[in-house]
Amino acid sequence: MSNRQKTGKNKPASSFLGAVGAIVWKDLAAELRSRELLSAMLVFALLVILIFNFALELDPLTRRVATPGILWVTFAFAGTLGLNRSMAVEKDRGCLDGLLLAPVDRSAIYFGKTVSNLAFMLIVEVVVLPVYSVLYNTNLFNPGLIVVILLGSIGYVAVGTLLSSMAVQTRTRDVLLPILLFPVVIPILIAAVKASSGFLQGLGWTDVMPYINLLIVYDVIFTALAYMVFDYVVEE
Amino acid sequence: MISVKKLVKRFGLKTVLRGLDFEVQAGEFVALLGPNGAGKTTFLRILASLSRPTLGEVRIAGCRLPFQAAAVRRNLGVVSHLPLLYGDLTAEENLRFYGRMYAVPELIQRIDEILELVGLTSRRRDLVRTFSRGMQQRLAIGRAILHDPEVLLFDEPHTGLDQDACDMLDHLLREVAGQGRTVVMTSHDLARVEDLASRFDVLSRGVISASVSQNEMGKNNLLDFYLQALAG
Repeated sequence: MSNRQKTGKNKPASSFLGAVGAIVWKDLAAELRSRELLSAMLVFALLVILIFNFALELDPLTRRVATPGILWVTFAFAGTLGLNRSMAVEKDRGCLDGLLLAPVDRSAIYFGKTVSNLAFMLIVEVVVLPVYSVLYNTNLFNPGLIVVILLGSIGYVAVGTLLSSMAVQTRTRDVLLPILLFPVVIPILIAAVKASSGFLQGLGWTDVMPYINLLIVYDVIFTALAYMVFDYVVEE
Repeated sequence: MISVKKLVKRFGLKTVLRGLDFEVQAGEFVALLGPNGAGKTTFLRILASLSRPTLGEVRIAGCRLPFQAAAVRRNLGVVSHLPLLYGDLTAEENLRFYGRMYAVPELIQRIDEILELVGLTSRRRDLVRTFSRGMQQRLAIGRAILHDPEVLLFDEPHTGLDQDACDMLDHLLREVAGQGRTVVMTSHDLARVEDLASRFDVLSRGVISASVSQNEMGKNNLLDFYLQALAG
C-alpha cells in the first residue's frame, strides 16, 4: 500500500524527538560547511574581550571584579549575532515555511533551533574562556562558573530563539532583536553576573545558590512559555 | 478533496479574502488565476496551514483547518517561488532532512526514486547553492512529493525561470499531477497553465469570480475568459 492511499490521519507521524534531532543535525551540518555563523560569533566575541582588555587596563583586583560583567556582555552580544543569523537562514530562502509545513508539533521546531543555538553559543564560550584567561591573567576554570555559564546560556538562548523567530518576520530584524531581547534577559544577566562573581571571589555554593535558583527558575519559565506560544508566534 | 466555505482573511483593517467558496475534487488540477494582490498567495498559505483563516471553514481530505493541521500537512506538498531548500546542504541531505521531518518510511530508497524523477541523481552530492534556479525548483518539487502527498499546492512555481527551465518544470508538473494527485496552482501566466490544468478559477476582489473546466472552455480563449471574469 503506497503512502498516498493512506489518509493524512493514518500516515506515520514524525516523533517529537526525531524532528528536534533532524533540525539540530541540519543546522550543524550546514554550519560545518559554511562556518558563517560560528566565525562571525567567534571573531566578534574575541574582539570584544580584546577591546575591553586595552580600554580598561585593569589592575588584578579590579580585573577580578570586572571579569563577570565583561564575560556576560561578550556572550550576550555574540549570542545576539548568532540568534539573528540562525533564523535569517531559515527566512531568506523560505525554509521557515518548509519547517512549518512539516507534520510535527511546532514546538519541536522551537526546541530544535534552541538546541542548535545553544550548541553554537557553548562552542563560542569554550573558545572565549581560555583566551580570556590568558589575556586577563585570570583563572576561569571553576566548576561553579561553568554551571552558571551553562544555565545562563540556556535561559538566554531559550528567550532569544523565541524572540528571533518573531523579529525575523520584520524588515528591521537585525535592529529589532536586541531591542526586544535585552530588556527581557536583564534578570538572567544580573543573576549570571552575580553568580559568576561569587564563584570567582571564592564564595561557596550556599552563598551563590539564590542566583543559581533564579537562573533555573528563569530557564524553566521561559522554556515553558516559549513552548506554549511558539505556534502563535510563527503563524500568520 | 478540498472544501472551502465562506473564507474570510483580514490583515488588520485590510480584508483580502471576502467569503470565498472553493471546491476541488480528488485528482483535479485547478489553476487559480488572478492579478497581483488578488489574494492567491494568501489563499494558498491558508490551505497550506501557514496562515489562519479569520472566518470560514477549510477542509482538506476530510481534516479541518486549523484544528487538524498536522494531519493536513501529512497529506500536503507545497512548492512556492522560493525553493524552501538549504543552500549549504547537498540535494541528498536536503531530502534526507525533510524525509526525517515527515517520517518517510524507507527513506534512502525514496530519495533515490525522487532524485531519479527530477533528474538530479548525478548532482545528488552537490550543494544546492551551486544549482541553477531551474534545478532548485525541480528539487523543490522532489521535496514536495517526497512523502507522497495526495494534495499539491504550487504558488507561482515558474517565477524566475527561463523558457527551457519552465518547459522542464511543466513536464515534471504533468508527471507528478498525472499520478492521481489533486493540484492547485496559482499563476498569472495564462499561456503556461492553459495546457496543464483541468479547471481554471479566477480569484478577484477576494472571491472566486469565475470558474471553467478545460472541457467547458472548448476552443474559446483562456485570455478572453480571464478578462471577462475580471471585468465582471
